[in-house]
Amino acid sequence: MGILTVKGVNKRFGGLQALGDVNLDVAENTCHAIIGPNGAGKSTLLNVLVGKLIPDSGSVVFDGQSVLGRQPHEINQMGISRVFQTPEIFADLTVMENMLIPCFAKRDGAFRMHAIQSTRHEGDMIEKAESMLDEVGMLDKRDMTASSMSRGDKRRLEMAMCLVQDPRLLLLDEPTAGMARADTENTIELLKTIRRERGITMAIIEHDMNVVFSLAERITVLAQGTPLVEDTPDNIKGHPKVREAYLGEAQV
Amino acid sequence: MDQIIVQILNGLDKGSAYALIALGLTLIFGTLGVVNFAHGALFMMGAFCAVILSRILSASYKVVDESQTDFLGNPLQVDVFYVQRWFGDAAGATIMDWAVPLAILFSIPVMIGIGFAMERGLIKHFYKRPHADQILVTFGLAIVLQEIIKYFFGANPIQTPAPDAFKGSLDFGVWLGYEANAIMYPYWRLVYFFFSALIIAGVFAFLQFTTFGMVVRAGMADRETVGLLGIDIDKRFTFMFGLAAAVAGVAGVMYAPIVAPNYHMGMDFLVLSFVVVVVGGMGSLPGAVAAGFLLGILESFASMPAVVDVLPGINQIIIYLVAIVILLTRPRGLMGRKGVMED
Amino acid sequence: MTDQTNPSVTTATPTARPRAASGGMLGLTKKDSTLMLIVFALVMLAPFILNPFPEGSAMAQFNAGYPDLMQRFVIFGIFAIGFNILFGLTGYLSFGHAAFLGVGSYAAIWSMKLVTLNVIPGIVMAIVIAGAFTLVVGFISLRRSGIYFSILTLAFAQMSYALAYSVLTPITGGETGLQIKNTDSPLFGGPTDGSIGRANLFGAEMGNSYELAVGSWLFTFNLGYYIAGVALLVAFYLSIRIFRSPFGIMLRAVKSNQQRMNYTGLTPKRYTLSAFVISGMYAGLAGGLMVAMDTQVGPERMFWTASGEVVIMTILGGAGTLMGPILGAGFIKYMENIVSKINKDILHEWFAFLPDGAEDVMVSIVYPFIGKGWHLTLGILFMLVVIFLPGGLVEGGQRIANKFRRNKTDG
Repeated sequence: MGILTVKGVNKRFGGLQALGDVNLDVAENTCHAIIGPNGAGKSTLLNVLVGKLIPDSGSVVFDGQSVLGRQPHEINQMGISRVFQTPEIFADLTVMENMLIPCFAKRDGAFRMHAIQSTRHEGDMIEKAESMLDEVGMLDKRDMTASSMSRGDKRRLEMAMCLVQDPRLLLLDEPTAGMARADTENTIELLKTIRRERGITMAIIEHDMNVVFSLAERITVLAQGTPLVEDTPDNIKGHPKVREAYLGEAQV
Repeated sequence: MDQIIVQILNGLDKGSAYALIALGLTLIFGTLGVVNFAHGALFMMGAFCAVILSRILSASYKVVDESQTDFLGNPLQVDVFYVQRWFGDAAGATIMDWAVPLAILFSIPVMIGIGFAMERGLIKHFYKRPHADQILVTFGLAIVLQEIIKYFFGANPIQTPAPDAFKGSLDFGVWLGYEANAIMYPYWRLVYFFFSALIIAGVFAFLQFTTFGMVVRAGMADRETVGLLGIDIDKRFTFMFGLAAAVAGVAGVMYAPIVAPNYHMGMDFLVLSFVVVVVGGMGSLPGAVAAGFLLGILESFASMPAVVDVLPGINQIIIYLVAIVILLTRPRGLMGRKGVMED
Repeated sequence: MTDQTNPSVTTATPTARPRAASGGMLGLTKKDSTLMLIVFALVMLAPFILNPFPEGSAMAQFNAGYPDLMQRFVIFGIFAIGFNILFGLTGYLSFGHAAFLGVGSYAAIWSMKLVTLNVIPGIVMAIVIAGAFTLVVGFISLRRSGIYFSILTLAFAQMSYALAYSVLTPITGGETGLQIKNTDSPLFGGPTDGSIGRANLFGAEMGNSYELAVGSWLFTFNLGYYIAGVALLVAFYLSIRIFRSPFGIMLRAVKSNQQRMNYTGLTPKRYTLSAFVISGMYAGLAGGLMVAMDTQVGPERMFWTASGEVVIMTILGGAGTLMGPILGAGFIKYMENIVSKINKDILHEWFAFLPDGAEDVMVSIVYPFIGKGWHLTLGILFMLVVIFLPGGLVEGGQRIANKFRRNKTDG
């Protein structure tokens, strides 16, 4: 029994079966990749996991609790953080403020009227944010406006914002999509370091096989909304069904 | 029953004005993605086109008329209107009498010009800025426009009568078998309604049956794709702004005999027109028109003594109440399209 | 001035070493303390600052140091500071804030009519009732955002105005509004001789003034003004605290990226609603103070153009900056009350040094923009600010200051 268990999830959009009987089990302290050709239902599945979509049937259980019907912010408070395909950060705020927001969210919950105390006096939170920035090598950028940074740095900041909350599960939605080669390599390195040093459970949706095979410990292949196989990376590489799914896509 | 017919008729002319302004607002919002708070000011400027033309037409010069004398026995100075001198007495008088309808011809080029200038000079630079900025800058523009009008025409309403032929009322009830004077409807309001219907039909036909209109409709649906096709959508959109301005303008011209134009009439109509657009569904042309008439009629129903007795004050707030209910229950409005201004 | 418009050097940036940043007072940084002191000095010395010209001189018409106008400066300052907490931080553009001010005014006048002529309970009532009203309106309006939110607030405000004007006449006095009358008999301490009661603070009447004549200068120190002034200082201080608090960062996060907030475990809506209610309470305070000063209220206070005015004030001065709303409010009220009085004769005096023809030309060029035409100038200025200066006059001032500084170092 893993930390995240998806059982028999179905989701229809009109006539389209986006997800059909999806079962998935993400074990604690692993990196689990979900791959599949375009339109396989990866993003739909992710949106179900974070509470943006409610499936027609099935169950999603995180750490013994159902996530279905909960709001995205409640699911985050349960310990699931999400990294987006294009970095979602607070572009108008400084890097430090970007970091403090998740710190406060973790400490104070979904809402708190801390309107009178000064941010300057939040020493613990500031230290926590700074040490996280240090960890991702961005401490020197703490006073920059987030929007003025490179895309690679924005991605790095977004990850730091997720990690500073010490999530039990980190969901990554194509974290290297649209990145230059060097940025992709950097991101892979960063994720590897995080895996190694923090032992955070990750579920990653990815298109780039290079990324998948250098990170994942388990892989689920999704095709037409249904899981095709689930296995270790080595076994997936030579799997005939997977080749078929991908070659099928290539022929189209 | 006759009361209901009276209220529907009463609602029609106000509804027509709402529909025309909302139509223009929606054209601009749908094509350019701009929330134009200066649209009411365009309506107001249209009304002042009627004022200006009637002033031009009644321009006169003084001559000394020897045949008439004042009480001291001096020859009297009389005003001679230029139009009468040029076209003869009878024709001149008719032209002056028909100043408001003639002002439509006058206002169309003027309003299209103003629309072009606005779009090229100001609005163009706000396509990429947040809606709040668009609202604010056009709100500022509306203040500027109305202050300019106030400077030249003063703060008081200026009576601008309809042609004599349309004075008086149509005894509508007689047609339906009611007794005389049961349902009276002023001719000019009837004219206004048919005129609006004509304009609305014209705009829809234009969008439906011309290539130009087709491109614009495609652009409303998906601007980026149309841009990718290599069609210069910007130029067309500039023209659309001119068209929307002209629609607001003629709506104002024809409204001048109903409510004497004053400099703040635009703002008065704007607030309600926005409510109309939201109720109809942001970006939906049929929605704007339907909601315009619907709210106009609803408003006049709410003013019926029978209704006001039961629900005092309802006539004052009915439109806002409907808007709030619609926005909360049908966020897209009556006929709004998916994905327009949604969060 | 604040640096809010340029977040890369924002003073809101938290420091890990709070000791290094201390040196201010009241828990503010040094920079914020300076700002607070400036506003304190401006408020306290306003009777002097606003009356720089001797009585009877040609320039005396530009004196703004009379109680009535000074009260308006600070009251609208409070109104705009509150509006700025909503719009400046969260970016939610409310077009209905005048309704909250109006509700505050009605609450205050009823408190004075029924309970006591002391202004404190009246002002407290104004804040509480306006806050409650804002909570209801905000709860509904905030179900939508963007332009829909603007229109919903506008609709609510117009509805309130229409109701106050008509059906609610028993509560609002309808078109004529409400005044304190000699028939009113408040529970505590009303006048017993049948005279019209006057607003007071523990017996000291709001209208009390002390006049100081120095040479040909006349300075007026009015109790009502100083009470409103103290309210402004408190309001301003609280707004600094909010700007510099974690809550303030959350509000700016609402403006920046609500999606990220959701996925960070936060509820942007509740933060926005809180900001909305806080700004509504500021509006209520302003409304209550208005009643404390002139003991009357009418529905036109809630008309949507009044809501538009506070929008213009805040943005003209600088939305999202601390000083902007105060400057904007002062600027507009000065124009409305002083610049609007300049007529053609005065202009002719000003340009009398020119040859006759040129004098007339100058007068006819300038005239449309001042005097009765001040709205035109305001509209143009407002447009210019929206187009070129998103940080308003505050940002303009900063840019000029920076330019001077650079020139100095260059030279």
